[in-house]
Amino acid sequence: MNKEAAEAYWKENISLILKLLVVWFVVSYGCGIIFIDELNAITFGGFKLGFWFAQQGAIYVFLVLIFVYAKKMEALEEKYDIHE
Amino acid sequence: MELQNLIYLFVGLSFALYIGIAIWARAGSTKEFYVAGGGVHPVLNGMATGADWMSAASFISLAGIVSLKGSDGGAYLMGWTGGYVLLAMLLAPYLRKFGKFTVPDFVGDRYYSDFARTVAVVCVIFISFTYVAGQMRGVGIVFSRFLQVDVNMGIYIGMGIVFIYAVLGGMKGVTYTQVAQYCVMIFAFTVPAIFLSLQVTQTFLPQIGFGGTIPFQFDDGIKMIDSGAYLLHALDTSMSDLGFGAYTVSHGGTWNVFMLTTALMLGTAGLPHVIVRFFTTPTVKGARISAGWALVFIAILYTQIPAVASFARINLIKNLQNVDYAKFVDGQIEGNNGFWFKNWEASGLIGWTDRNGDGKIQFASGKAFKGTKGKPKYTKGKGASGERMTSNPMPSHTASAQDMRANGKIINELYIDRDIIVLANPEIAGLPNWVIAIIAAGGLAAALSTAAGLLLVISTSISHDLLGNVIMKDSVTGKSTLSEKAELLSARAAAVVAICVAGYLGIHPPGFVAQVVAFAFGLAAASFFPVIILGIFYKRMNKEGAIAGMLSGLIFTFVYIIYFVFMGGDKADYLWGIAPTGIGTIGMILHFIVAITVCKFTPPPPQEIQDLVENIRIPRGAGAATH
Repeated sequence: MNKEAAEAYWKENISLILKLLVVWFVVSYGCGIIFIDELNAITFGGFKLGFWFAQQGAIYVFLVLIFVYAKKMEALEEKYDIHE
Repeated sequence: MELQNLIYLFVGLSFALYIGIAIWARAGSTKEFYVAGGGVHPVLNGMATGADWMSAASFISLAGIVSLKGSDGGAYLMGWTGGYVLLAMLLAPYLRKFGKFTVPDFVGDRYYSDFARTVAVVCVIFISFTYVAGQMRGVGIVFSRFLQVDVNMGIYIGMGIVFIYAVLGGMKGVTYTQVAQYCVMIFAFTVPAIFLSLQVTQTFLPQIGFGGTIPFQFDDGIKMIDSGAYLLHALDTSMSDLGFGAYTVSHGGTWNVFMLTTALMLGTAGLPHVIVRFFTTPTVKGARISAGWALVFIAILYTQIPAVASFARINLIKNLQNVDYAKFVDGQIEGNNGFWFKNWEASGLIGWTDRNGDGKIQFASGKAFKGTKGKPKYTKGKGASGERMTSNPMPSHTASAQDMRANGKIINELYIDRDIIVLANPEIAGLPNWVIAIIAAGGLAAALSTAAGLLLVISTSISHDLLGNVIMKDSVTGKSTLSEKAELLSARAAAVVAICVAGYLGIHPPGFVAQVVAFAFGLAAASFFPVIILGIFYKRMNKEGAIAGMLSGLIFTFVYIIYFVFMGGDKADYLWGIAPTGIGTIGMILHFIVAITVCKFTPPPPQEIQDLVENIRIPRGAGAATH
């Protein structure tokens, strides 16, 4: 694999990571900590929304993020023909 | 069958299973011993990682912490799961491609320095031992309460079991045993959780029941809570009444919750015994997926924990408030049998003092016993209602339950150790005996699986990193002069020594096991996380920067925790108000700043190191892990 392709692949990887980490930050730190009191004004069932994010929601989103990353990286490695 | 026999049966069966697996999965080579031959299926590896990760603290203590802290407990739930996102994206795939056995391997090779390698080894050993001490305490608690053997005897038995499968099987034995332990542990947690959910909210899944309504009414001591109220609303009301503050509202302050969450997330991503799990998958792709599967298996437990915490809390208030002690512990109260209370009082993890002399238990916020932690000090003899006598109760008073109800303030008479919440939950709720028995097996599975993983990391660090790659290194070729056979033997010998030290720590626990865990996470966040990230994502990072960064992050975090936790530093002197549990975050930032600054003023790393970094970024060509 040549140097340009390697660099392009790495750039795409980094930009994907950054996008997913923004989501990671928003659901945990954003919804579960910083804006928890504001979100607690919204309720569904017995849950206040901020509380739900801190104790349930963030974990579900984390799971989705990892599998999305794994899936997208597989496609990226096919594209640059560097899959194992 | 009688409860005691059921417990023996379940624990005995689970131990037989672990030993059977150990014999089947003996390790024949160092590669099998260190990384299970590098051929573990991602799903199984994820399951083993889950068991390795979820310790006695997750299984036994976490629900208790969340139950006590309410909303702020979210820091632990998010911190201990969010780290896996970082692992999957920033660490696991590249370390797998790097293709060695250990974290010090990476630090030593990437920074072309045996000094850096040695610093890493010392960190690994220190972090892992502090963690092991906590596991051994968990084993001791379960044994002393459920098997009615002496705590020390319990620890010897635990050591013996771990000895068999860790020393014999190495990573291979440990990995397959952990798969079995995960199944035992999750079954043991889920079954009582479902029972509780049905009982408290008439909903099957605890994660849903958590947001459901309660089918019973109860008296919190100040007022009646109606049936049909949402569980979390009922908790908010009753906990506010008792002076704890509403359950679903944050009381810890955004800043400290933020710092604690960060230290736990980055600590998770930097813990050596977690990182090493991703060296055992066959491919780079497998390492990513494996982190996902690990989190799936962890989330099954972690999404139940806050639900169980809230069920436990409401049961405690409902069953204990204003209950007549003598009748309660004698089992005379219909549907509210207090045998569990008597048993845990005997174990010293519950204490009651009848401050107003009405023979009834009053439960609210505030200390019932004098002293820093409010723990009871027991003396010989029995009180008027048959309770254990204590030497340090808070002053008595004459307010009756009716007076306190009228005043809207209840005076607390109770001490409950948070560690018993999960273990006592099924008994508090009056669940069948076999459910109580599997909890014992589950608690042991959680403690033993983590202890084995940690012991393995310690022995690998000693035999492979220290002995093989530093002390016995050939100065000309730069390779270890130890033969494969000698290294395997020394790994086993190191495992034996590590088990003995861990057992010693369990029998003579440093009286601060809980705080020590903050140490492990803080140090991992301030040392390994930044040094690995920079090694992968910043090609220009050199050995001077890495060493300066590691040392400054480490020393800062170490000194801060020692000063404020062990030398009685005053809270008022906290740096920007940050508690020692969250200080690893600042250590991590300091590490990054120092490393990058020093790196700018020193020469770049040699060409072959820059090539190495380019190589680990590309997945293709990840062979099996090698020397």
